[in-house]
Amino acid sequence: MRIPCPICGTRDRREFTYQGAAELLRRPAPDAGDAAWDDYLHNRDNPCGEARDLWFHEAGCGAWLVVERDTATHEVMGAELAEKVAS
Amino acid sequence: MRIEGRGLCQSNTSVPFTFDGERLTGREGDTLAAALIANDKRVVGRSFKYHRPRGILTAGSEEPNALVTIGHGPQQDPNVRATVQELYEGLEARSQNAFPSVSFDLMAVNDLMSPFLGAGFYYKTFMWPKNFWEKLYEPIIRRAAGLGALSGLTNEDTYEKAYAFCDVLVIGAGPTGLMAALGAARAGADVIVADEDSRMGGRLLAETGEVDGKPGHAWAADIVAELATMDNVRLMHRTAVTGAYDQGTYGALERVGQHHPHQPGKPLECFWRIVARRAILCAGALERPVAFPNNDRPGIMTAGAVRAYLNRWGVVAGRKVAVFANNDGAHRTALDLMAAGVDVSAVIDSRAEAQALGDYKLFTGAQVIGTKGRKGLESLSIRQSDRTLRIEAECLAVSGGWNPSVHLACHMNGRPEWNAETLSFLPRDGMVPGMTAAGAARGQFSTAACLADGARVAKEVVIELGLTPSDTAMPRAEDRPYRIEELWAVEGRGRKWLDFQNDVHVKDVRLAAQENFRSVEHMKRYTTQGMATDQGKNSNVAALAVLADATGRGIPETGTTTFRPPYTPVSIAAMGAGSQGEGFAPKRVTTSHTASVDRGAPMIEAGLWYRPSYFPKPDERTWQESCNREVTMVRNAVGICDVSTLGKIDIQGPDAAAFLDFVYTNTFSTLKVGRVRYGLMLREDGHVMDDGTTARMGKSHFVMTTTTAAAGLVMRHLAWVSQALRPDLDVVFTSATEQWAQFAVAGPKSRDLLDAVVDGGIDPESWPFMACGEVDVMGVRGRLFRISFSGEHAYEIAVPAGYGAALYRVLLAQAETMGGGAYGMEALNVMRIEKGHITHAEIHGRTTAFDIGFEGMVSKKTDCVGFSASRRPGLLEESREQLVGLHPVDPAGKLTAGAHLFEDRAEPVRTNDHGYVTSVCHSPTLGHDLALGFLTNGRARHGETIKMVDHLRGVTTLARVCDPVFFDKEGARVRG
Amino acid sequence: MANLVALSPCEGLLPQTIGAVTIAEIDPGPVTAILPFKGQDKAVGEALKSALGLGFPAPGRSQSKGGARAIWVGKGEALLMGAACPDLAGAACVDQSDAWCVVEIVGDRAEDVLARLVPLDLRASQFKRGHTARTLLGRMTASATRSGAKAFEIMVFRSMAETLVEELTRAAGAVAARG
Ligand SMILES: [Zn+2]
Repeated sequence: MRIPCPICGTRDRREFTYQGAAELLRRPAPDAGDAAWDDYLHNRDNPCGEARDLWFHEAGCGAWLVVERDTATHEVMGAELAEKVAS
Repeated sequence: MRIEGRGLCQSNTSVPFTFDGERLTGREGDTLAAALIANDKRVVGRSFKYHRPRGILTAGSEEPNALVTIGHGPQQDPNVRATVQELYEGLEARSQNAFPSVSFDLMAVNDLMSPFLGAGFYYKTFMWPKNFWEKLYEPIIRRAAGLGALSGLTNEDTYEKAYAFCDVLVIGAGPTGLMAALGAARAGADVIVADEDSRMGGRLLAETGEVDGKPGHAWAADIVAELATMDNVRLMHRTAVTGAYDQGTYGALERVGQHHPHQPGKPLECFWRIVARRAILCAGALERPVAFPNNDRPGIMTAGAVRAYLNRWGVVAGRKVAVFANNDGAHRTALDLMAAGVDVSAVIDSRAEAQALGDYKLFTGAQVIGTKGRKGLESLSIRQSDRTLRIEAECLAVSGGWNPSVHLACHMNGRPEWNAETLSFLPRDGMVPGMTAAGAARGQFSTAACLADGARVAKEVVIELGLTPSDTAMPRAEDRPYRIEELWAVEGRGRKWLDFQNDVHVKDVRLAAQENFRSVEHMKRYTTQGMATDQGKNSNVAALAVLADATGRGIPETGTTTFRPPYTPVSIAAMGAGSQGEGFAPKRVTTSHTASVDRGAPMIEAGLWYRPSYFPKPDERTWQESCNREVTMVRNAVGICDVSTLGKIDIQGPDAAAFLDFVYTNTFSTLKVGRVRYGLMLREDGHVMDDGTTARMGKSHFVMTTTTAAAGLVMRHLAWVSQALRPDLDVVFTSATEQWAQFAVAGPKSRDLLDAVVDGGIDPESWPFMACGEVDVMGVRGRLFRISFSGEHAYEIAVPAGYGAALYRVLLAQAETMGGGAYGMEALNVMRIEKGHITHAEIHGRTTAFDIGFEGMVSKKTDCVGFSASRRPGLLEESREQLVGLHPVDPAGKLTAGAHLFEDRAEPVRTNDHGYVTSVCHSPTLGHDLALGFLTNGRARHGETIKMVDHLRGVTTLARVCDPVFFDKEGARVRG
Repeated sequence: MANLVALSPCEGLLPQTIGAVTIAEIDPGPVTAILPFKGQDKAVGEALKSALGLGFPAPGRSQSKGGARAIWVGKGEALLMGAACPDLAGAACVDQSDAWCVVEIVGDRAEDVLARLVPLDLRASQFKRGHTARTLLGRMTASATRSGAKAFEIMVFRSMAETLVEELTRAAGAVAARG
């Protein structure tokens, strides 16, 4: 598997660390309540098809990425910096 | 037998080798299979289940029968296909799965029992009690049924892994692959040509047809020579592409050092990961046998293999050869044999309208219905309309048609498509993104069609890559039509084998269908067809056709099983290359490593780091003795310990303090410059991630310390927080762990020691507890932190790592003049337990700030990582297991880590569990064992007597619950 | 009082010549990690330019001027090597002179040796002189820079110097053994 890092170019997946669904970027406000925090921390869809995942280019540039890929075909559609998505 | 004047290698060099201990000779260029045929060795192995004698079936990597063991001792390599193994001087081969020998195998008794051992036997018989299976059947079956064995010794051979990149990967170098490679290379693409054979050319090496007016093999050699001169082409011989993976990555196994005597240091195999923008699958096709009664007798081979042995290696597996086929191509076998002077007794063609292509005896509309011969084929019975005839033959060349090698195209879950004209599965477009099949791999079976197809696909590919295709003239070659009619299984008495290696015959497949295992995947598992090392290459399509017939469906509706990587077996040694012993992980050593080893310290792994466990003195016999001495030494004098392994992260920026306030549960913006503070870090789910001290070196400059184990994790976490959660903060950070060699100097004499080492000495006023700053150490700019993990008056002193070894020796020498010295991890652990300091034994991922008694740190916050989740009621309940100290009621009592805690009178069972022990030591300071652990509502239970039970070690001890800080609760020593 | 003596990370391990490659330790001189603060990239680049004649390198690139080099080593981070770091108000400047083990691998088969360890496309057409990458070498995070047609500079953290030398020499040995 190869991931197109927006900074480094396309690299072997060995350089990356997988984290989970990109929902982790939408951190609720501290007082959003248990339900919102529960959702944020524990509840995930498990899509067959397009998914947005977080990967850390740990052995590369050190950027957190949002990688769009298809869990059914393994196609990787693209990747953007988590920083851009977050701000 | 050897046919003089035939074969591509006309060298007279004879190559001595042994087979089952017998000295034999082959010829240079032979495979082991060719050499065995030259020596008239007919039985070369026994089948897996029934131990039936089996001979060589094919001439390629698909061989199901001729599996042998090469070499002996640690280098013993089982299950090597004799058809792939190249002959070399001194090669030592042994047959497998037979006792005492292949020609007389006691286990052949299985064959007599075969009526009871049919398909589904395992499933039906072993629905008996589990014990019968484990104790009785499995051991017997494992002994009786099996392939080659490993030596059980450590393999010292070298294997390697490597990466390669290209624009175009050409898989297979037959006529199609060579034309494709040529087209891509001439257009300027970076090309890798991978071919599993030792010599490129594919079927051109096995056939007599001409290409461009030259013998096919000569044309191939010319093209290979041209490709070899091109800088943009890499020819990979003996390299089987074994798998197609995501984003244009391909796995390939190269045989590097298996075709000659062992050369120390030279890898046996290399496992390649090839990344290609485009791939052209030119893997050719594999000939399929026909299932007819007793079709497994040695001497019965595929027709293409008979031609390959004759034309490439100049050997034939019998003095009289017959041909049995359902297509025109196989007739060439007879022509080639006759031209070589070999007696062809008959060509039996199942097609009524078949035409003879030469002067041989042709039986049309005929089928082979039986075979005879004790150790190998002697004669066959054939049926033509109503008559039955006996035909003499020592070798039968069989062709049921050809199966395109679509395997790689299916590795990403794509399904091939049935083609009624060629009676074969063909790849569809786009099954593997970026890969296109060409030539015989997509059902183009004449040489001319293959050449044209290779050129056509190359052109397509180079255009897609943005290159300009060059005009390549199309070489002339045979273009005969395929002409095939269906023939899968012949009726008649006797077993009609489909899967030769796993002993699956037609009746087994029909039985599967009858018992309602109608899906091809179920049939496969019920019969084990296709589950041997050839992965059904020789049997899948025929078995499928039999199943389709038995279930009254067509082949397309029946479908195929899934082809998965690897295409051919890949040794685990190649995949794990470089990962044996210390190669398994990088080794991180501190600058004091050599000095520690010199002092006899056993080194233990802490993450990737190596740290000294203890420093034994000559008179000390146990680690405990050394550890006790080191603890006492630190508590009474001074000790030195390398703490460079702790993570150090340099954090700077206008918002550095705000950033720390967000990642730590406690506040750092209030920390004064020149001071250090302990910090606790949570995960977002409210559980503790890590802890450590952070020093404020300047207004917007902090140095964070992490635990050794969590350094990488914390770095990743900080990157996450700064990039994803708080991109608003202006902060940057980088790891400084490796820049500094840092040593703990601990004990009541630590200040005296440093006074002698730090330029200008240590002024007590400027260096109170938790102070930090820059100092000069013997002329080198360093850092000093007055922090303590041992609970003693202590410092950590840091210098740039280059000076680490020198400073360590200076500190040790100085300490030794003061009654101090080095201490290791054991002593460090004892002292931190005495002080109730937590490590990852306590913050093991399931404990919260509340659990370890640090809840007060979190509650003052408005927000930080983990804040909201840590407020959940469930994480703040008094009934949670809370950190406590434990000491034995009887001072001689033993405490053990991992033990569980129960009320004194409760039965020690899970339902009565009140907690567990995380850390244990023997405290020389207090004279008894100490433990840290987690106890339900523990903070309210100090003083209570509790039962510690270690079911694993069989230890039960009564312990008293107490505060986790056992020693110097007031912290007088650390501030002294 | 005697001064402390410094040791290099590969002290006693290098140089080694194996087949067609030579592996030697490089003394990088002073090394400073430069991490510009928000919006300061340009100002930091200009300050570097006026002080040393080289700028802040783009991702995957390195620059050199005289004995000074600037190598990109990660998102928002470059290493200035071979020159003292000038005063850069807009960046964190962190001394890393002792943090890295720097070796050069030179020779006809240097690319083949690295292909056994680094999952990177090192073909000269893709990875040109001066190109750099953060990547893996075996299981270590590393920095790789092409320093010449047949030369690469490899950096790993100092503590892993021994493993680096082991990995490189093992790979070089296997390549050499192929003849
Ligand atoms: Zn990157």
